[in-house]
Amino acid sequence: MSTLIKQDILVELLGNTGIGFEEARAAGKEAFQAQGLPTNKSEEYKFTAITKKIEQSIQNFASAEAFEVTADQVKANVFESYEGDVLVFANGQFLPALSSTIEGVEVALLSEKANTPLGSVAKPEKDPFCALNQSSFDAGIFISVAKKAQIQKPILLLNFFKANAGQVIQPRVWIEAGDFAEVSFINHSVNLSDTPYFVNKVVEVKGGINTQIRYYKLQNEGKNAIEVSNIETDIQKDGRFTSVNISLSGEMVRNNLSINILGSNSEGNMYGLYLLNGKTHVDNHTNVDHTVAHAESNELYKGILADSSRGVFNGKIFVRQDAQKTNAFQQNNNILLSEDAVVNTKPQLEIWADDVKCSHGCTTGQLDEEALFYLQARGIAKDQAKGLLLYAFAGEVMAHIKDESFREYCIAQVQERLGSNF
Amino acid sequence: MLSIKNLHASIEGTPILRGINLEVKAGEVHAIMGPNGSGKSTLASVLAGREEYEITAGEVSFKGKDLLDLSPEDRAREGVFLAFQYPVEIPGVSSTNFLRTAVNQVREYRGEDPLDAVKFLTLMKEKMKLVEMDQKLLSRALNEGFSGGEKKRNEIFQMAMLAPTLSILDETDSGLDIDALRIVSNGVNQLKSKDNATIVVTHYQRLLDYIIPDFVHVLYNGQIVKSGTKELALELEEKGYDWIKDEVNSNATV
Ligand SMILES: Nc1ncnc2c1ncn2[C@@H]1O[C@H](COP(=O)(O)OP(=O)(O)OP(=O)(O)O)[C@@H](O)[C@H]1O
Ligand SMILES: [Mg+2]
Repeated sequence: MSTLIKQDILVELLGNTGIGFEEARAAGKEAFQAQGLPTNKSEEYKFTAITKKIEQSIQNFASAEAFEVTADQVKANVFESYEGDVLVFANGQFLPALSSTIEGVEVALLSEKANTPLGSVAKPEKDPFCALNQSSFDAGIFISVAKKAQIQKPILLLNFFKANAGQVIQPRVWIEAGDFAEVSFINHSVNLSDTPYFVNKVVEVKGGINTQIRYYKLQNEGKNAIEVSNIETDIQKDGRFTSVNISLSGEMVRNNLSINILGSNSEGNMYGLYLLNGKTHVDNHTNVDHTVAHAESNELYKGILADSSRGVFNGKIFVRQDAQKTNAFQQNNNILLSEDAVVNTKPQLEIWADDVKCSHGCTTGQLDEEALFYLQARGIAKDQAKGLLLYAFAGEVMAHIKDESFREYCIAQVQERLGSNF
Repeated sequence: MLSIKNLHASIEGTPILRGINLEVKAGEVHAIMGPNGSGKSTLASVLAGREEYEITAGEVSFKGKDLLDLSPEDRAREGVFLAFQYPVEIPGVSSTNFLRTAVNQVREYRGEDPLDAVKFLTLMKEKMKLVEMDQKLLSRALNEGFSGGEKKRNEIFQMAMLAPTLSILDETDSGLDIDALRIVSNGVNQLKSKDNATIVVTHYQRLLDYIIPDFVHVLYNGQIVKSGTKELALELEEKGYDWIKDEVNSNATV
């Protein structure tokens, strides 16, 4: 197998152009060509050599195609006691026959919604992979929550992936919510092949006035996935957007999460947990842009890293000159369980307004030996004591998951990991 | 029950314990006193199994077993309990959950069935009364934000829950007001029996008015330099440690 060079990848990827959205695709292509694939000199990707990883692992640039998923497979991958609705995808293609119809929510193929302003929320100029997706995404979904709709139960976006070695999957999601709507999404992926593949996904979430949107994401699809995800949202006046991202596996994962605060009295929350072992590499880049006064953002990312795993956290908080009375909090805490595990953490605060409250902090350390001894001295086995302490550390993030069945599922997954791998 | 012979321990190459000898029999209460930095907490930690300390010589047997050979958790399960001088705050770990795990692991080691939620709660209520422990404290994370006195009380509460054979109380009286001191000592006394033993590390004679020791030892410079009965504590209270230090130092120079 020959390794492709960057130039070839570029040509191959752009050759994948799907149908529809000619203008948006052209804009994406232009933005991608202007940025190119990140190199080791790219500031935004300096700890995450994603291009190299793609060069090594991806040889077959044909888009992975949709495939058949059975109702049993769906059933097997929905959480126990989950009562919400489910939308099913195979390699990014929506499978309506296996999906719920949800009152108050319109779900359609993007190709049927030609007027969707793709790229207006997740701007292709900001990230080459976002641009790449916009130029050549292969399947997309359009989700619109009606004005004032209160969707009490969460909507599970259940993504099945099955790719031949080295294929590329580029899903695109457009979510919009009318004023005063409330909705929660759970993004969960299931990998049906164990060959390496590359998922490059973009999710745009356009909030309205006073919308309450929660977006949970659980990454646990196996150690061969190379994944770049761009999630970007616009929050309007009185709106709130909360993201909880839990990463448990993957070969190399890059999560870009961007929140644009465009209306006052609004709130953006970003919570993350990464529990890594083996050689897994997870990079969380978050960005919150306070453009108006009287809004708040909260951020807490926590990592537990074993073996020779690698974590990257970069948290940008941008407070523009007009964004007076902003409250912005950011915290990143890491526990390294092995000498070979590495974390690179970087808060990046750019504050142009003078009357704001901003705080940030990051810590990276080992498991608290004193606490461990205390628990052992009470008769608790060392491994279990470690598990208790690590779980206590991780639990703070999972507490932000409002849906109980999903929270319980995440807790079980995390506990299983803490019990067996560390 | 506990037999310490010529115990030497160091930390990062610095010798701290330099030949400790101590025999503790079932039913006895031993007080260990001594100036700051003399090695009292080190001795307590070494007995509980803290791994930072390197044992360079000596042996410790507990109920006939080589204590130094056991992991910290197995020592606890065998019946050693250390009430910490500085109990650790552990955010995110609920007090109740922690205690239930501990109690059941100890029971499992002893071949007893685990306590179910109801039985555990009953036991907890009973022991809470013993140390007049506030229910509210137990609904919080372990020791998190507890006052100094609350932490000490929680140590004795845990001791009551685990019913150890050998309790080592490292300055459990420090930072207690007189009411709390009475409650804590009362708890300790009620847990005392002819089958278990207590080592109390303290700076203050006042505790020994409540928990009456059979023996008092003075630890200085990593050695027990003087042993006596409860009168020794009174003498120390009155005269301080200088006369003992002088005694030790003049012996050393002879
Ligand atoms: N981690 C460490 N590294 C180096 N020296 C240490 C360490 N821990 C303890 N020591 C030293 O060991 C000696 C004994 O300490 P220890 O805590 O046992 O004293 P103590 O008798 O309990 O004192 P106190 O009455 O103040 O509680 C002290 O000189 C202390 O500084
Ligand atoms: Mg001490």
